[in-house]
Amino acid sequence: MDPALTRELKILLGPPSVLSDELDLMLYEFDGSVEKGRPDVVVFPHTTEHVSRIVKLANKYQVPVVGRGAGTGLSGGALARGGGVMVVFARMNRILQLDLENRRAVVQPGVVNLDITRAVEHAGLYFAPDPSSQKSSTIGGNVAENAGGPHTLASGLTTNHVTALELVLPDGEIIRVGSHLGDACGYDLCGLLVGSEGTLALATEITVKLSRKAELVKTLLAVFDTVLDASRTVAEITARGITPAACEMLDGWTLGVIEDYIHAGFPRDSAAVLLLEVEGIREAAETQASAVARICLANHAREVRTARDDRERDLLWKGRKNAFGAMGRLAPSNYVLDGVIPRSKLPEALEKIREIGAKAGFRIGNIFHAGDGNLHPIVLFDPRDAQQFKNAIAVAEEIIRMCVSLGGTLTGEHGVGMEKNELMPLLFTDADFDLMRRIHDTFNPDSSLNPGKIFPISKGCGEIRIRKSRQPVGSQA
Amino acid sequence: MNTVANFPARLEALLGAEGVRISETELQGAAIGRQQPLAVAKPRTAPEVAEIVRFAAAEKLAVICCGSRSKLELGMPPSRYDLAIDLTRLREIVHYDPADLTLSVDAGLTLSELSTVLAEENQCLPLAVPFAGPATVGGTIASGVDSALRLQYGTARDFLIGAEFVDGTGRVCKSGGCVVKNVTGYDLHKLLIGSLGTLAAITRLNFRTFPLPELRGVFFATFPSLEAAFQFRSSAERSGLPLANLELFNPEFAQLLAARARDALPFRPGNHWTAYAAFEGNQPVLGRIQRDLETSAADCHADRCEIPDEKACAQWGRELRDTADWLPKAAPNLALLRIAGLSLTSADAAAVVNGSQAGLRHALLARPCNVTYLAVFCESEARADRIALESRVSECMSLAHAKKASVTLLHAPAWLKDDLSVWGPTGADFPLMQRVKHAFDPQAIFAPGRFAGGI
Repeated sequence: MDPALTRELKILLGPPSVLSDELDLMLYEFDGSVEKGRPDVVVFPHTTEHVSRIVKLANKYQVPVVGRGAGTGLSGGALARGGGVMVVFARMNRILQLDLENRRAVVQPGVVNLDITRAVEHAGLYFAPDPSSQKSSTIGGNVAENAGGPHTLASGLTTNHVTALELVLPDGEIIRVGSHLGDACGYDLCGLLVGSEGTLALATEITVKLSRKAELVKTLLAVFDTVLDASRTVAEITARGITPAACEMLDGWTLGVIEDYIHAGFPRDSAAVLLLEVEGIREAAETQASAVARICLANHAREVRTARDDRERDLLWKGRKNAFGAMGRLAPSNYVLDGVIPRSKLPEALEKIREIGAKAGFRIGNIFHAGDGNLHPIVLFDPRDAQQFKNAIAVAEEIIRMCVSLGGTLTGEHGVGMEKNELMPLLFTDADFDLMRRIHDTFNPDSSLNPGKIFPISKGCGEIRIRKSRQPVGSQA
Repeated sequence: MNTVANFPARLEALLGAEGVRISETELQGAAIGRQQPLAVAKPRTAPEVAEIVRFAAAEKLAVICCGSRSKLELGMPPSRYDLAIDLTRLREIVHYDPADLTLSVDAGLTLSELSTVLAEENQCLPLAVPFAGPATVGGTIASGVDSALRLQYGTARDFLIGAEFVDGTGRVCKSGGCVVKNVTGYDLHKLLIGSLGTLAAITRLNFRTFPLPELRGVFFATFPSLEAAFQFRSSAERSGLPLANLELFNPEFAQLLAARARDALPFRPGNHWTAYAAFEGNQPVLGRIQRDLETSAADCHADRCEIPDEKACAQWGRELRDTADWLPKAAPNLALLRIAGLSLTSADAAAVVNGSQAGLRHALLARPCNVTYLAVFCESEARADRIALESRVSECMSLAHAKKASVTLLHAPAWLKDDLSVWGPTGADFPLMQRVKHAFDPQAIFAPGRFAGGI
């Protein structure tokens, strides 16, 4: 990359807001996935105007731009696959407006997900999307990836909670789409932009809906002696038309790992547990809680516990949300997959995952959003062993293919990124890609923004420079 | 020589006589305003739709896709109109897994037929929309009409999980899938909602379905003043009670409603503002909601509260759901505005209904989620009254725009529609919308001129 670009960026932002030393850049070549891609320069804008001018400068030097929040993404969405300028939104982290009357917050993209809830909980409100990374992931990243979380089951993904965006387009133009209170005139551009994985524009201001806290929340832990009983329970809860606020499954092996780390109170000797939450007005939540408990017991739950207070509830959720971290104690690295299946196929899918893992010699943990069929098999591996890494990738692909073959899809909340772009033809035809490509080019004609994501490169859809091939994280290869 | 006028014969050669209709009755049935097509194509499958669209693109024909034709009046009349594609022969339920609560259905099936199938499994699609009798699933999504269950279930945007459609190049495309959680690829199906057929011919839609509620309840209260009614609404909104609907209407609206449903009306409209709430659940839930609403209404000095019987509940629900259908017929010279994205205050409402000139009347329905319906009408055909009506409608649209609301004219008499745009002024993002339109429909064959900004 032309060093003159770095000089111009330093003039624009000041030297402390521009990183270009190799050691610094190494820190930004990872996210939460197994992918990597090193930027040539990392910048920290403070304003939308900065972002616009950074994009224009990058265009002048013909280098790509990629946006990044906290780097917690799990599909390589915020990695600089084609090198270039990485725009990190960490310093655009202000909550600009709280409109409690209309239940809206206007925030900058670098605001941490949980900080929105912290800012409004005094008024009995919260921001519903709750990815496991919510203590660190930013709303900008949540918007790009259309992040989910355990409570997606009842409250939807990020897209269901965004009403307006300020955007910087790949030519540097600043534009607003959507409207503060929703129902903007014309096409639903907000609906298109949320989840477009940073390939169409950079969001610089986001208006989100705030939800009202329920009168009563009941958290139940159902303990099972077989995975099959637990998955049948989920299928029956769904089939009976009960939509809990959350319905998470953790398998027995994973529970042991979590207990060693968090001491959340999960039983160590069970095959699986369901962490279920129901909420609403008292009468509704109590009815739902007893219906859910009855279904658990009818499907041979050994025990159904109800959290007695907020402390017990928080502890159970802490165990769930830190599960992937707990896995770090077992292996140097892990690969968290993200596939979706129809909920009625859950027992079948879990059995197939076990078979696939056994065949390849991997122990696969399952901690996932069972209620909406969103699987997160977790494959443990040692990245220093190139063959093991290759095998882990192959297992992951086989599991995702299995999800598709059951009528499911490639990703429920992590995004396609550079993790699954080559698998996209499993679902989409040439006609589908052509239209998506035309939409892409409408915004981003030169692929200057976040190149190499979503579209399969092998199909000639992604005309980008790829500097690095897929390599295990931490490998010297 | 090939001309636009003789394209129906060439299309017939392609589809067979069964697939193309040119009788005057058929053409009139597909008319929009004063325009009617030269042919109506009746495909049976998505590949046939694609073939027709390719033909239309090659011949540069302007195409309007339609279902039961119940909402062709929405939007502007097309700037050109050569061919109608009637999608009502695409009517299969392609996939329905009640245990998974997912559904994939052809665009031409009617909502009422679909509801019957879903009800057999004790499920529903929470689209309580006007024109629901004849309306097709595709037309409901393309028109983006308001659902009276939005407060509880959201809009179609919240439960449409995928779509198949034919783009303007005549290829069958899809987005989304048939699972309830999915972030794979661009959410193109969201763009189709409310696009009024300007992007693509929708052939199939995938939805998340919902269990039918055990019981439904309705609550009415009347208030001596507008302020008291708004105070009640505000307290009901803040209560956290799970309401499926919460609407307020002024005495004029109540009188029009009473004229339609005299038998079922639980009160004489008089000079009251009325609040209507609908809710779902089991008996304990309904009981709690009714009690809390009664307490809240009493705190807001309600004149009376009413919990109608089951039959009356159903009728009230239908009438309010169908407002966009019957209200335009209430007077010969009536303009119905939909104002969205405006948090209507009692002061706003007072300014609207009290700003009336002699001879003009205002019926106001404040719906949930910041949507307001306002009908301005006059009984007389006198020129002076018509001028007053036009100026009042313009004024109301300007007032709403000044508050950054999005305003559309859901209905207007033809003479008024010629002078006023159905859509408000476009925003700074309009060039992006034009580009999105071009990506879907490079030759602008779909519904030209019907949409916002003349798209």
